[in-house]
Amino acid sequence: MSSPDTNLDEVSEGHEPVADPARDAIVASLADQLGDGLVASEVLAGTDVWVRVTTDSWLATATVLRDTCGMAYFNFLSAIDWMPSPFGRDMDAQVDLVGADESQVDPEPMTWGVTGGATRFQMIARVHDPVCHIGVTVKADLDADDPRVDSWMPVYPGADWHEREAWEMFGITIVGHPNLVNLYLPSQFEGNPLRKDYPLLARRVKPWPGIVDVEAMPGDGDGDAADEGGEGS
Amino acid sequence: MTDVSNRNQLAYIAAQASDARVNVEFETEGMTLNLGPQHPATHGTLRVIVKLDGERVLRADPMMGYMHRGYEKLAEVRTYPQVTTLVNRIDWLGSFANEVPFILAAERLMEVEAPPRAQWIRTILFELSRIANVILFLGDMGVQLGAVTPVFFAFRDREFVLNQIEAVTGGRFHPNFDRIGGLKDDIPKGWTEETTGVLGRIRTFCDEMEDLVTGNEIFQARPRGIGVIPAEVGLAYGLSGANIRGSGVDWDLRRDGGVGLAHDQVDWKVWTHPDGDSFSRYWVRLQEVREACGIIEQLLGGIPSGPVMAKVPRIIKVPAGEAYVETENPLGVMGYYVVSKGDLVPFRVKIRSASFSNISITPWVLEGAYVPDVVSILASLYFILGDIDR
Repeated sequence: MSSPDTNLDEVSEGHEPVADPARDAIVASLADQLGDGLVASEVLAGTDVWVRVTTDSWLATATVLRDTCGMAYFNFLSAIDWMPSPFGRDMDAQVDLVGADESQVDPEPMTWGVTGGATRFQMIARVHDPVCHIGVTVKADLDADDPRVDSWMPVYPGADWHEREAWEMFGITIVGHPNLVNLYLPSQFEGNPLRKDYPLLARRVKPWPGIVDVEAMPGDGDGDAADEGGEGS
Repeated sequence: MTDVSNRNQLAYIAAQASDARVNVEFETEGMTLNLGPQHPATHGTLRVIVKLDGERVLRADPMMGYMHRGYEKLAEVRTYPQVTTLVNRIDWLGSFANEVPFILAAERLMEVEAPPRAQWIRTILFELSRIANVILFLGDMGVQLGAVTPVFFAFRDREFVLNQIEAVTGGRFHPNFDRIGGLKDDIPKGWTEETTGVLGRIRTFCDEMEDLVTGNEIFQARPRGIGVIPAEVGLAYGLSGANIRGSGVDWDLRRDGGVGLAHDQVDWKVWTHPDGDSFSRYWVRLQEVREACGIIEQLLGGIPSGPVMAKVPRIIKVPAGEAYVETENPLGVMGYYVVSKGDLVPFRVKIRSASFSNISITPWVLEGAYVPDVVSILASLYFILGDIDR
């Protein structure tokens, strides 16, 4: 779309109709075993595959992927907060702070990425087949007010720390996780930093110095710590 | 009634017997050992709380977060070209390799492909980062087991590699050289010849390590049979890189990933070791340094001519979409899940770093190990704290 090279566009368009039997088979076996649990799926032929499942079949999806589709490798697990940042453009984009108030008045509608979505929080996990070299991205919508989902630990023990991270960063309750304590953050930390409504405090304290390309005069600065442009949050 | 009392009696005898078995030599009591946060085996500030029964580890709990910098949050307020500055600092020993998967993910979303020359130079720098990273491991593994000399050799020869990286990128540790659509600059004149000379030094280093460390009887005795990770356990925990290849899994994204690097243009081999113990992980890494020298040498001989930058807009807006690209970084599989909403900044970047998953197996693998082996197992898993904490 925005690619300046028309040749590349032609090539990628030429690729799209190509069938991808291996990835289609994964979607088919998931549809077969999960039934209504599979909400949506998308295959980018030769590249990637995404599936969206219901929250209830989150754990069942892992079992099917491991036992039926040969996805022995656990890649990662995390979450996405689809809410547009309420802090306006200054948090989201490198444009003038002037526009911040306007966008706060008129918040952007929530939009979802590949395979769509229905709620604010979406669980995302990826598993991989180390023999066929195919990876699958699994998503599940979570309840916006009380996001909770089953733990993947019975199927992939490596999900342990990833789930703890999702819990502390997004506030998602992982049902069945034996040790849901903070992984990175201090134990008394309040808030879920990767939620979009959690402000990036370093940026609140001092605006991004790159926005206005004017060097501060000596003595104007807030000290040495602020020189890094909000690195230590 | 008699049944129940019998059962109680049996349980009592069994408890006595198991007590007797544990305490057959001398009385032991539980003890908590705090390894780190400043222990040299932790490459930064990882703290491992080890609960001991005598010399045996009952439970090991790594505590992270001493270096958590919140790159996933910071990436949401940086433009795409600015994110490479952040991700440089994830695995600081192989910085250039951190940039590559992120740039490739952005390129996939933008449907831009770097010109062949850029891809080749990228691959060369990628493999140079691997050498710079892994030779430090080879030296460090010796230190953890009591051999102090190898690490000096490693630091000495790593300088030559860093000099070559600096000659191209201008940065020893944080090159910030990769761009969406290609590279910032071309390689300088005479660089390929110099690099070939450096590869000779690295090969000599590998031979020295074979003589000095690998063949050493004491070194052989320490890590062999220690910290054994079966392939299926390693896969379920998300182990990658030399850690999983040391468990016999023949999987290397340089060969199997099919992303835009030039590894498929040259002839090389994926090394695996069937044992899955600490020694096999060390051994695989040693072979991989040699193999990386071969890859670079072949690539240097045939860098295609042409530009190093594709045509991309000056202000980069990445079209809406999601892409996950992973590459075989020095520490293992590193991937970025990039969610774009067509803006100047990414909407969400999930950083899948290798060490985080690699080290998540420590509670499993350290259970039942002996205290002196804890350090050798941790060293053989090889992690960089920046790569765990992000």
